[in-house]
Amino acid sequence: MTTIQIYDPALCCSTGVCGVDVDQELVGFSADVDWAKQNGAKIERFNLAQQPMAFAENPLVKTYLERSGADALPLIFVDGEVALAGRYPNRTELARWAAITLVEDKAQSGCCSGTSCC
Amino acid sequence: MNDCKFLDHPPRFLFFTGKGGVGKTSIACATAIQLADSGYQVLLVSTDPASNVGQVFGITIGNHITPIKTVPGLAALEIDPQAAAQAYRDRIVGPVRGVLPETVVKGIEEQLSGACTTEIAAFDEFTALLTDSTLTAGYDHIIFDTAPTGHTIRLLQLPGAWSGFLEEGKGDASCLGPLAGLEKQRSQYKSAVEALADPNRSRLILVARAQQATLQEVARTHEELNAIGLSQQYLVVNGILPEAEAMQDSLATAICQREQRALSEIPEALQALPRDQIELKPFNLVGLDALRQLLTVATPVITQFDATTQAIQVPNLSKLVDDIAADGHGLVMLMGKGGVGKTTLAAALAVQLAQRGLPVHLTTSDPAAHLSETLNGSLDNLTVSRIDPHAETERYRQQVLKTKGAQLDAQGRALLEEDLRSPCTEEIAVFQAFSGIIREAGKKFVVMDTAPTGHTLLLLDATGAYHREVSRQMSSSMHYLTPMMRLQDPKQTKILLVTLAETTPVLEAANLQADLRRAGIEPWAWVINNSVAAVAVHSPLLRQRAANELREIDAVANRYAQRYAVVPLLQQEPVGVSRLLELTD
Repeated sequence: MTTIQIYDPALCCSTGVCGVDVDQELVGFSADVDWAKQNGAKIERFNLAQQPMAFAENPLVKTYLERSGADALPLIFVDGEVALAGRYPNRTELARWAAITLVEDKAQSGCCSGTSCC
Repeated sequence: MNDCKFLDHPPRFLFFTGKGGVGKTSIACATAIQLADSGYQVLLVSTDPASNVGQVFGITIGNHITPIKTVPGLAALEIDPQAAAQAYRDRIVGPVRGVLPETVVKGIEEQLSGACTTEIAAFDEFTALLTDSTLTAGYDHIIFDTAPTGHTIRLLQLPGAWSGFLEEGKGDASCLGPLAGLEKQRSQYKSAVEALADPNRSRLILVARAQQATLQEVARTHEELNAIGLSQQYLVVNGILPEAEAMQDSLATAICQREQRALSEIPEALQALPRDQIELKPFNLVGLDALRQLLTVATPVITQFDATTQAIQVPNLSKLVDDIAADGHGLVMLMGKGGVGKTTLAAALAVQLAQRGLPVHLTTSDPAAHLSETLNGSLDNLTVSRIDPHAETERYRQQVLKTKGAQLDAQGRALLEEDLRSPCTEEIAVFQAFSGIIREAGKKFVVMDTAPTGHTLLLLDATGAYHREVSRQMSSSMHYLTPMMRLQDPKQTKILLVTLAETTPVLEAANLQADLRRAGIEPWAWVINNSVAAVAVHSPLLRQRAANELREIDAVANRYAQRYAVVPLLQQEPVGVSRLLELTD
């Protein structure tokens, strides 16, 4: 089975409510992760503030941090290879990686349910 | 033998809660001695950052169970919440220091430097003592001089908080995030919370002073903890000035009247609770003899000294006002724990600046609107506005829940809601509401009775990293100012730390100062409010209090503050322009 690993920036709350403003992208992504897991995806998340060792132990992540800094997170791996960097994947991307068949959820408003593409 | 209701058939766990400086630790010590004297095996646990339990018993205690040899059956343990949080940070950050880039490591440390981390780290230390363990099997009673907040307990009770993150060690973080690095399992936290909520095992003793604001705060704590099952609660009102003392001088009379009024108007929520009232004692609560007398009703006979203590010579508020006024405009923020008088002092500064013909906008978070109502329109140069912290926080919460919480399932939503009840959320909501007014400080004086903590500022600044990026890219000839830069510049922003001349409040203010310094902000001045030492007093009890204040005033003057002022305890609440002006004269 495909394993998706997400290296999150340091956040004391995944929703960022402790920060200046709640990060809508992050809240939406947390919901997408739940959805993907319920559909059988194997997803691991590492929070820089809580599991920094996971970042230090992965040479690719460590080099990425040295080169681009913590502001360039998140970093997403699929089966050990970099799949995406600097932003969170959307539901479609998660579905492709985890080979989940998307049942179109037409009920949602807008063309891309809350992301900033439109 | 028991004079106190809260000591009647005590269960195994006793928790004392109340704001800093009300005397929780002294009462906890006295309780522990009394139970040990009755033949029980007692463990006293102090999490007071200014813990003087060791000093009280004349021994060094520290972070391990230490028998108190002079009291058979009694042992004590001091947990330093700051040290617990630091140990936790070291455990997380230590292994990657020197491995990951330094800026990354610093960012992680800041994330773990908030009040929530300290709270959770302290609760983690509690857990072992609350759940049946070999550590505490030999004790009949375990007495804590603090209690976890409702926010922490509610988080631990939420199933959503445990899904994923804590059990697997990965996934969603919340305010509970810090727990992920702690070692205990969910079952242990669960049984700790159960022990707290079990009236047969736990009793909560709310400690207050006979002051309106303090009693209102205690009423809120009561309702919050009652709602999550800590139903066995007692109230202790500590440090009441005995009525006999009122004869001594006019200040004592005024204090007595104020306290009796506060007690007669005690919030309804507290009226039904079993209540004990402890009178102010004419001696320092150090040593066994003193502590054994604390909980007895009869006040020891006061040796009559026929003398008056003169007011000490200390800088007053008017000197600070001169320095502030000299700049012609700027942001003045008063910071300090609840109940130290920030709103009154902010009003006094604003009124004095306006009286001098300077344009002033006073903005307060005073929950009781009285001040803004009495001052508005009273002086030509003075604008008064008010932000209701509860309303602002609620508005912020609703906005977040509506926009960001829309996609969450029931559990995720419950967790988001609880995260939004954290103290940080209120601080951010209030600060956001104030931020529009802050911009006015370029042209006039803006005086605020609140200020964000250094931790919040650093987090706000981290999320505003693009500001720094913008300022780097702009040519050096252009002026670019981030909100943080404005706060760091003493020419533009002056932060005044307000405290009382008592051990715990001074220590709490010192912690706030340390936190601001991390954010590159140096508090401009300290103001010691409600000082008895700054008044000439005749009453022996007040003279005793004045003498005790000297050490704290000295610490502020010589150790903590770059400049300071002392404001005397007044006979009457300074309401209205003329009385407020007297404060700065």
